[in-house]
Amino acid sequence: MSATFIVIPARAAPVRMLGARAWIRTHLFPDWKNGVATVLIAALVAWYLPQLLDWALFNAVFSNDNAACRAVAHDAARPGACWGVITEKYRVILFGRFPHADHWRPLLASLLLVLMLVASCRPRCWRRWLAPAWIAAFAAFFLLMRGGVAGLTYVETARWGGLPLTLLLATLGIAAAFPIAVLAALGRLSPLPAVRAACIGYIELVRGVPLISVLFMASFMFPLFLPPGMTPDVLLRVLAGITLFAAAYLAEVVRGGLQAIPVGQIEAAKSLGLGYWQTQRRIALPQALRHVVPAIMNSFISTFKDTSLVTVVSLYELTGALGLALRGDTDWRPFYFEAYLFIAVIYWTGCYAMSSYSHWVERRLAVSNQTAGNAQ
Amino acid sequence: MSDTSDSPIIQFDKVNKWYGQFHALRDIDLSVARGERIVVCGPSGSGKSTLIRCVNWLEEHQEGRLIVDGVELSDDPKAIETVRRTVGMVFQQFNLFPHLSVLENLTLAPTWVGRLPLNEARERAMAQLERVRIADQANKYPLQLSGGQQQRVAIARALCLTPKIMLLDEPTSALDPEMIKEVLDVMIELAGQGITMLCVTHEMGFARSIADRIVFMDQGQIVEQNAPGEFFANPANERTREFLSKILNH
Ligand SMILES: Nc1ncnc2c1ncn2[C@@H]1O[C@H](COP(=O)(O)OP(=O)(O)OP(=O)(O)O)[C@@H](O)[C@H]1O
Ligand SMILES: [Mg+2]
Repeated sequence: MSATFIVIPARAAPVRMLGARAWIRTHLFPDWKNGVATVLIAALVAWYLPQLLDWALFNAVFSNDNAACRAVAHDAARPGACWGVITEKYRVILFGRFPHADHWRPLLASLLLVLMLVASCRPRCWRRWLAPAWIAAFAAFFLLMRGGVAGLTYVETARWGGLPLTLLLATLGIAAAFPIAVLAALGRLSPLPAVRAACIGYIELVRGVPLISVLFMASFMFPLFLPPGMTPDVLLRVLAGITLFAAAYLAEVVRGGLQAIPVGQIEAAKSLGLGYWQTQRRIALPQALRHVVPAIMNSFISTFKDTSLVTVVSLYELTGALGLALRGDTDWRPFYFEAYLFIAVIYWTGCYAMSSYSHWVERRLAVSNQTAGNAQ
Repeated sequence: MSDTSDSPIIQFDKVNKWYGQFHALRDIDLSVARGERIVVCGPSGSGKSTLIRCVNWLEEHQEGRLIVDGVELSDDPKAIETVRRTVGMVFQQFNLFPHLSVLENLTLAPTWVGRLPLNEARERAMAQLERVRIADQANKYPLQLSGGQQQRVAIARALCLTPKIMLLDEPTSALDPEMIKEVLDVMIELAGQGITMLCVTHEMGFARSIADRIVFMDQGQIVEQNAPGEFFANPANERTREFLSKILNH
């Protein structure tokens, strides 16, 4: 009465779905419009790539020979890059006005921060000791840079510069901005009107002015309100400015995530007896932050690049140190472009690393948050 | 703090509630005895959810008195905390925490609210999962489970705080028909264990078999309440008869 169920054995996929030719067809020539685009782009690359390589590699000067640099720069027939400017100036670009003989200190300090950043990205290191480790790292950073102990000569913060300053402003700024942002976002959604008003006031005020003016205020106006002799260090003031600025933007990102959480989640937490802070810490924030990982990383990348603005208040981080290195030097000043490419590569490396990390975190969360399809 | 078994565990006394200008609960008088199983029914928008959500202060009432296990509910955080520890709740939409595994969903409140050591909380959680017959899913995430399984986990989660009162707001309404039975079976077993239950449901078969009393609501009021036999056989009110005729023979 019942029909028999016959299982059809699995067969290999057809050949046209596999191999290099299939890949080329589906990715480069799926239809005539894409085919034309592929050919045009290939032609452009074929035309410009040799010229670019000539300029950047074959005709370029790599030694710090100023005369040779000027020669290739003015050779209209075979123009070449002058990478010699970097050979000549890289120490000033990387370390600013830090005393030349002690450059190993900012180098070590920068390596320390980079090492900590890389370590913090690994889930294996997401332990309780990470926060104390960071505090220790910052302490070591300050000791190395500032000196005055253990036989290290004292170097005032005004002379700190280049890469370590960029790294310090970005990491400490982001690390301090994050908790402030979370509190401001919670405050903006708080049922208490006074708290809400204060948080809205802070966020809207800071978002309403450019970072440059925040830095100017932190640097020049803030000391006017304090009794003389009580002015905190300019680096601290600028750091506070960057932190408050970054936190205001980040707060809105976090608020977006919090508002996307269904009320049922909060009601379930309440019905289980969780208090306000427990609910936020255990239920709301973990879900909210997951939703906004790309936007958070966007904010971090902005903050990293925004540190280049502290030059306006005479702190010579990477961009500022570049100006410092070339502005007064008539021999090397013509080669700003190559020098800018050099620091652009440094910024790009940092930003690309952050962006890739954000993608990796997103994929990881997607895996741990699998939906019904992956049961068993 | 009366803990004598003859005093009601929940006592509504002329409770009124408004949403803005909308009068959602009107002069509610209801007293629930310890261990009593009450089913609340009524048309959509009649205030059933509002009524049971007042019991653990997910909604606050504006007038009248509401006493739960000897504690009068008010905006005093201490009272709310005490009451929420005695009352467990199950929602129509399950409301499991999707970022936590099933086991973590169950141990969260006992460790953070009940201050139980983690291994004890885990033992207790596994015992509750056994009880709802889903222990083998302990390490999955909620979204990997079927609706019926999720709702059973939600029931186990509420039970982990050893509540005296269980509130259930249409626990089977969001389920596919073939999963309703597995959840009802768990609820029937629960009803047999002497816990006080306040359950909003349209499962009249379930109501008939386990309820001590059925409360019928309309337009924010309790229209009538009676033991199931009497309630289904001789509804006293015109409104009740109309509702029953709609729901029993669709
Ligand atoms: N947060 C709210 N704000 C305004 N009005 C509300 C709110 N919650 C509920 N109401 C209104 O109060 C009334 C009672 O709602 P309630 O959810 O208690 O009804 P219910 O009996 O549970 O209905 P259902 O069977 O559809 O769940 C409805 O008219 C509803 O529109
Ligand atoms: Mg309802």
